Order: sequence, then C-alpha cells, then structure tokens
Amino acid sequence: MSEVKYSKEHEWIKLEGDTATIGITKHAAEMLGDIVFTELPEKGSNVDKDGTAGVVESTKAASDVYTPVSGEVLDTNQAIVDDPSKINEDPENTAWFFKLKIKDKSEMDSLMNKDEYDKFAKESSS
Amino acid sequence: METKKTSLYKLHQNSKAKFVEFAGYQMPIQYSDGIVEEHKFTRNCSGIFDVSHMGQLFIYGDDNLIDDLEKIFPLDLKNLKLNHSKYSFLMNDDAGIYDDLIITKIDNGFLIVLNAACKENDYKILSELLNGKYKMVLDEKRSLIAIQGPKSVQILNDIIDGVRDLSFMSGNWFLFEEQKIYITRSGYTGEDGFEISISNEKAESFTKKLIEKGAKLIGLGARDTLRLEAGLCLYGHELDKNKTPVEANLKWAISKERISKGNFIGSERINKQLNDGVSKIRVGIKPEGRVIAREKTKIYNQSDLHIGEITSGTFGPSVNGPVAMGYVENEFSKKDTKVFLEVRGKRHPANICGLPFYKKSYVKGAN
Repeated sequence: MSEVKYSKEHEWIKLEGDTATIGITKHAAEMLGDIVFTELPEKGSNVDKDGTAGVVESTKAASDVYTPVSGEVLDTNQAIVDDPSKINEDPENTAWFFKLKIKDKSEMDSLMNKDEYDKFAKESSS
Repeated sequence: METKKTSLYKLHQNSKAKFVEFAGYQMPIQYSDGIVEEHKFTRNCSGIFDVSHMGQLFIYGDDNLIDDLEKIFPLDLKNLKLNHSKYSFLMNDDAGIYDDLIITKIDNGFLIVLNAACKENDYKILSELLNGKYKMVLDEKRSLIAIQGPKSVQILNDIIDGVRDLSFMSGNWFLFEEQKIYITRSGYTGEDGFEISISNEKAESFTKKLIEKGAKLIGLGARDTLRLEAGLCLYGHELDKNKTPVEANLKWAISKERISKGNFIGSERINKQLNDGVSKIRVGIKPEGRVIAREKTKIYNQSDLHIGEITSGTFGPSVNGPVAMGYVENEFSKKDTKVFLEVRGKRHPANICGLPFYKKSYVKGAN
C-alpha cells in the first residue's frame, strides 16, 4: 500500500513502508517553466520537515525545494541532475527528487490529498 | 498608472502568452512552447518579437540638427549615410549612461530607438538639450516588430520584396498594404534579422503574415537568453547611470574621429578613461559547472578577494550551460582568469571569457 500526499510548497510525497519518495508536482513544473538546473540533498544527510532540501532553476529564476517530512536521505535521482528537462516531462513519476527514511509518519497527516491539492493549486495560480 | 498594452496584445493572448509587466507594459514573457524552445526556434528558424514598448523617437531638422546631436552622441553623424544606423548612448556629464540606443539617419532627420523604461526620461533630456529647436515625436502610433533568425530574410522578403538587399545596420522605407513601413536590418539576438516600424493599425495583420510564412512569436524570456548568449548589454543590468561606455567595454561604439576632438557630453571622462584605463570593466563569465549565477552574485578571485558582481546570468540554451556577464576589477578581467561565484553560500569556479558565448551570424553585406 502506498499513499501519495501533497504539500503547500508543491511537493508530492509517496510513502511505501518507511521510505518516502519526494518530487515536485506537475503544477509546480508548469509554473517554473523549463527547468535547467537541479541541486539535490547529500545522501546520508538529515533533512527537517519544511526545510530546504534542494534547488530547481528555470531559465527565469531559482526556487528552493522543501521536504514535506523529516528523515534521512537514502537516495537521490542523478538522472534529473544530468538532464533537468526530465522534470518538465515526467514530474510526478520518473523525475522524483530524493528518497527519505521517514522519521515520524504522523508528519504525513497535515499534508493534502490529491483533491485538496488540486483545489489548492487552482486557487493559488488564479 | 494603468499598464499599457501593445497593438499585438490580442494576438499574444490568442497565442497563449504568459504576461509580465515590463516598463509599464503588459508584455509576453513566453508562449506555450517555453523559453528554451522559443530560443532554439529563433536560432534555427525565425522568431517574431513584439518590441513595441520601445521608444521610436523621430527628430526632424537640417545640418544644425546634426551639429547639435554631435554635441550629445559620440558619433560621426556628419558622415552617417542616409538610412544607416549606429549603436550609441545618451550620457550625463560624467559619461554615465542614461540609455543605450540605435540612431538611424532618415530623410530630414533621425529615428532613435530607445529602451522602454528610459524613453520618457530620454525625451525630456533630449528636449532640454536641443532647446525646443527641432520637431521631436516620440511616436506612440507606431509599433515595432523584430524578426530574428536565419530564415527571417526569406520569410520577410516573401512579404516585402527587396528587404534581402539591405545590409547590416541599414534600412529603408517599404510599402505594406499601401502604408509606409520602415525596415532596418538589425536586432538584438546575435542572429540575422530585421526591425519593422509599422502603424499600430497594421501591426497585427503584418505579424499574422509572418506567422503564416513560418515564423513564431517569441517572448521576452527568450529575448533575454538570446541577447545574453550574444554578449549584448541590457539597460538596467550591464548599463546604468553609474557606468560608462568604456567600463561597459563598448568603446568600439564611440567614433574615433570624435574622441580626438572631444566636445560631446561626457567626452572628458571618456578621454580620461581611454588614456588612464578603468578600475572596473564588463566581462563574459563562464561557470565551470551547471550552477547558474544570477544578477548580483558576488565574484571572488583565487585569494578570496571580492573583485566584482554579476549583472546578468542565466542558462544559455544554445550553449547548453550557464552563461553570465558582470563587472570585475580591471586587473582580473583577462580572458581565462579563474574566478569564483558565490551562489547560495558556496563558491563555484568560473572563468573570464570572451564574448559572445554564441557566435553571431549577422549578414554583413547584401545577398
């Protein structure tokens, strides 16, 4: 069983057991435009809920990527560092950013489900 | 103040433009293809840019006007041929740049194309300097459309026969649907191309014709990445009141004839800088990795000394990597000097490099 939730900073998070996979939403990728640079957290480092865990840059500007939950970084997606345009192509699947060993599953509770996020994204872009 | 719209606003909307406010105008930053695709399309084919927000200042007068303008611009205007253009600057007494511009000799006067954000102030300054002696029209009834890229000459010539014979930095009047339009072979992307001054009423139908022939609308976002790859300055970034043409590494644009004689606004300072050198100078900067160093990024040398700042930095789609321009202390301005750029608290290696990042393909003479 996996569960996908969404943050107000436009990240998605998929939890499978203790492993959380995190990326940015399709809406976020569209808002950013062509992504040309990605910076990811160090493997083995610890990140805190709502803290900065990476950077994406489009031709226009740089934006921080936040982690919606706390944990230890297990893996990062080198493919999106080598070719950042993959994030525009498939943001909510193959272009994931990093995987965490989640510290406290209750941090998932405050996040939005798909319907709530879609509504939030629609409102925040209008 | 309400934001203004150009005559192509509806066409932009119908082409799914994302808009930004720029210099008081609602302008398209990009369309549905996005900045990278729009940039590459311009380099490979032909891009249309709505630059109607820029000022088109017509000044009419005789030989006295030429004398008076030579007191303002560091150009040899007496020998500027009819329908030929020069890049120049409006400066203050200290040679600080109020605006960079293109001035073209037309029948009975000059056409000066000014930056959108500066045009009102330029008009004021020039009116005062010329003392109301000449008829000056900052023409809001004309649009300005640029078409840039290797296929542009063919596309435009299909609509306006004869433009292919224009040489770089020259222009002429042509007819479009029985109206006079003024076309120059120029642009600001590092590509061959044209700028078309056309009445607001005809701007949309003319642009649609260009689109029918295969050109595409391109937004200000790609205009910025294109000009940066071409090593061209943008006012408010590389140029401002506190920088001189010599510091901006644009001394090629100052007439040698005029330098020796002086006698134009800012000439003393320019002469001094040409003789004694400058303390800071504009350079190209190529980061070694993929990190983009944006405007205001601090530049350090190998001994941690703060030596300058980035004025424009982005990802160059044709270079396929980050590119930047900035000002550094003169002694660190030599090509291949290793520098470090501080981005998000970390120092990233980069090298001072020659400009442009992307080689120009301007057409020199007529085909």
